[in-house]
Amino acid sequence: MSTVANAGQLTTAEPRRPWAVSRSKRLLGFGRMLTFAVAAFVATILTPLANFDGWAVAFLLINLAWVIGIASKLGAKERRDAVLRVVITSLAVLAFVPWLSILVTVILKGYRAVYPGYFISDMRTSTPDDELNIGGAGHAIVGSLIMVAIATVVTLPLGILTGIYLTEVRGRLTFLVRFIVQSMAGVPSVVAGLFIFATVVKSMGQYSGLAGGLALAVLMLPTVSRTAEEVLKLVPDDIRSAGYALGARQWRTALLVVLPTVRAGLSTAAILGVARVIGETAPLLLTSLNTNGFVWNPIGGTVASLPTYIFAMFMYGTEYSNARAWTGSLVLLALVFFFFIIARRLGNKSALKANANRRK
Amino acid sequence: MTIVETPEPRQMMVVYSRADRIFRRIVTGGALTSLLLLGFITAFLVMRSAETFRQFGLDFITGSEWFSAGEDPLGGAVEGAVEEVDESVFSIGPMIVGSLVVALIAMLIALPLSIGGALYIEFYAPRSIYRVLVSLLDLAAAIPSLIFGLWGIQVFTAIGVRWATLLNDRLSFIPIFSVEFENFGRSPFVAGCVLAALVVPITTSVSREVYSRTPRDLIDTCFALGGSKWGAIRSVVMPYGKSGVIAGAMLGLGRALGETVAIYLMLNLVFRYSFEILDSAGGNVASMIALKFGEATDKEISALIASGLVLFIITLIVNMIASSIVARTTPRA
Amino acid sequence: MTQTQITTNQSANQQNGETSKFIGLETQGVHAWFGKHHALSNVSLRFPERTVTGLIGPSGCGKSTFIRLLNRMHEFIPSAAMAGSVLLNGSDIYAPEEDPAMIRLKVGMVFQKPNPFPAMTIRENVLAGIKLAHLKRSNHDEIVEQCLTRAGLWKEVKDRLQASGGSLSGGQQQRLCIARSLAVEPQVLLMDEPCSALDPGSTLRIEETIKELAEKITVIIVTHNMQQASRVSDHCAFFLTDGGPGYLVEADATRKMFTNPTDSRTADYVQGKFG
Repeated sequence: MSTVANAGQLTTAEPRRPWAVSRSKRLLGFGRMLTFAVAAFVATILTPLANFDGWAVAFLLINLAWVIGIASKLGAKERRDAVLRVVITSLAVLAFVPWLSILVTVILKGYRAVYPGYFISDMRTSTPDDELNIGGAGHAIVGSLIMVAIATVVTLPLGILTGIYLTEVRGRLTFLVRFIVQSMAGVPSVVAGLFIFATVVKSMGQYSGLAGGLALAVLMLPTVSRTAEEVLKLVPDDIRSAGYALGARQWRTALLVVLPTVRAGLSTAAILGVARVIGETAPLLLTSLNTNGFVWNPIGGTVASLPTYIFAMFMYGTEYSNARAWTGSLVLLALVFFFFIIARRLGNKSALKANANRRK
Repeated sequence: MTIVETPEPRQMMVVYSRADRIFRRIVTGGALTSLLLLGFITAFLVMRSAETFRQFGLDFITGSEWFSAGEDPLGGAVEGAVEEVDESVFSIGPMIVGSLVVALIAMLIALPLSIGGALYIEFYAPRSIYRVLVSLLDLAAAIPSLIFGLWGIQVFTAIGVRWATLLNDRLSFIPIFSVEFENFGRSPFVAGCVLAALVVPITTSVSREVYSRTPRDLIDTCFALGGSKWGAIRSVVMPYGKSGVIAGAMLGLGRALGETVAIYLMLNLVFRYSFEILDSAGGNVASMIALKFGEATDKEISALIASGLVLFIITLIVNMIASSIVARTTPRA
Repeated sequence: MTQTQITTNQSANQQNGETSKFIGLETQGVHAWFGKHHALSNVSLRFPERTVTGLIGPSGCGKSTFIRLLNRMHEFIPSAAMAGSVLLNGSDIYAPEEDPAMIRLKVGMVFQKPNPFPAMTIRENVLAGIKLAHLKRSNHDEIVEQCLTRAGLWKEVKDRLQASGGSLSGGQQQRLCIARSLAVEPQVLLMDEPCSALDPGSTLRIEETIKELAEKITVIIVTHNMQQASRVSDHCAFFLTDGGPGYLVEADATRKMFTNPTDSRTADYVQGKFG
């Protein structure tokens, strides 16, 4: 009745991966890499190549030599592919090494001065050179958070309104607004600081947390506006049309349909903006400076912030102050990563993404 | 069939209800505030620097002297000095050159690393670590430049000096690698390397993003035609991602030109034209502003604002070149 | 205003006398432009209450433009212009005092690609029109069940009304969009190639839905599919373009259009000789 054997019947079959690299081959490759690594180490002793960077160069050269020489039984095309694989992999490793080195350095040098008091006490009763179990950066953390909060409060509404203007309202000034926002995204951070210094600080007659927050806001506004626009642009016009076709007015369509669709995207944009500015140093050096104690009043004179605290500790230049600088960096990096990971989490939950899941 | 006369088009306009008009007015108000705020910054920079440009003209950009005289740092004139001729001279030629030199060194190092890194993540990395690598990369792009500066001084300088010594030993016949004193620690070369480390995550991140958008079927077509991986990369991925890589590079260049603290920590500020990248002298406009503003007189602040404006214009030009290149070469999806 | 020679028999009769209050949707000498481009010329058609009208014709002949004119979606294209008038139950929807949002409430629309609101659940999607247009309704549960039933989706989704609209299949999404349009109780439902992005099975379901809808409301459907037009519509209108603006060739009862059309071009088209 059927010409196909086993039609309609379940046949059992072992899943195979004929294209996979076999276990023995993988072991062989691993062994080869290990040998090369040892050979490169020997090379650092025997040749002028020294230290880790010398070892890396030796390792790369040995690899290349192997690929070009020993693997010459391959055709020209395969050999070129193999050489390229080695080159690209080494470039990639080189690209990642500094960042991993920074991470390791910050952790190794930073954990020394960590103790619970570090997060709650300030430097009023201790000098940068004191033992590491007194004093802390609580005041700097608070200062940073206050200034970032000021920046966020100022930029978030303005940035989102600008994004809505560019995508939904599309008034006569669309081109100009987009142009200015894009140009201002390139303002060097020190120039933003200088601007606030010459306006706010000079007219108030004092450095302050408010000035620092505003300087950060100047840097954040173009970023938030731009990302808000990008995110809103992702909402397909179909969705707006559907809203209008249901008899909705523009403002209800924008607020009830378009904005909820990109809620996750907008929060991600805001948090990423925060993660970017929380480590800004230059503008704060010009606007809020540094101080030794907690300052809760944003218009009450100089305020410490993590970046300026780290900067000051580092410039002080003793062993203990240096350790404090690194601990500050550890805290700062942890804060940045914390915001970053939250942004990531939110971004992954975006409704638009769930709707149009692309590859990966 | 009779000939149909075409009537006049009826007036047609999207009419907004009252609520809509209020909504649009609020949004427009917000956008206008942003516009005015950002526009005001530019206007302010231009206005405050006018005095400096009027006094020094083009010399401000080409000259190599920065000298502030005759005023109390706190604003008022020093008594008795009021009637004296103001001898202050402000010009930032070496700083502009310094900014460009350091940024160029950084980009020369960063670009190959970024392209390699981006290609590796997208096309060579095992799928199991792909997501980890992408996240690590994004995190790296968020590290504050201050931390790069600290790392540069306390960790990298030792390595950088060794490389500099090597370059100086072997290549000192090339003018840019010769030095008067063999003291490489605070040279533009080492600072450029640190700046490269700072820029790499940014450019890699942008390039990777663009490479990842290469249409899968184009790559598959390459393989189906018997092409190698390199073939696919060279003939499809690279051309497709070219504009994105340029955009990423320009973004990185903008960052490198405007970098303040890392350079402040890594370089000795010297007001002298210098193209010897291993010499421990240099500086850039941004770090000069941070260094000088503290004890600046009003006049000096005007000069610093003028420097800021020059820096801003340079980054603006870089950004505009980038966006025009991107606009011209972006592949249509 | 010039009258076109080519109208349906009914409307030709009507236009001679005073336009009495025609219940349903009617266009009189409608033109459409995009900037300088004249896209549609002089279309006069009537869509009586509780009927299904199929708009057929090759691509680019102005069908979609025409249908978007019927609920004032045309004006969202910045350079768009129109002439003539569109009457809903005898009053011009383009009259200056008319509120386009109110018109769209009465003349609903289903788009080519299913477009449920991504941030809303299935239930919220159905009720979206009520929320968006600020309508006062208390029996939400009833409306959800009724609209989903009429759209032929109730049985499939009644246990997961809180799921996201995006979690449905393409055909289900399109039926959700139909249910969403029905919730605001339109008198006319415009459908712009509603099945062109769907598989045959889903298409069949939606065609059944359309037939059921016609018991209560007027349906106007643009379609490229001759079989579909012959299956679902009571009347058909054939549009064509000779390179210039699109125009109406012929409109009549569907059976006549497919068996014995007046115009030879209609015959050629419905037999698949071109297009």
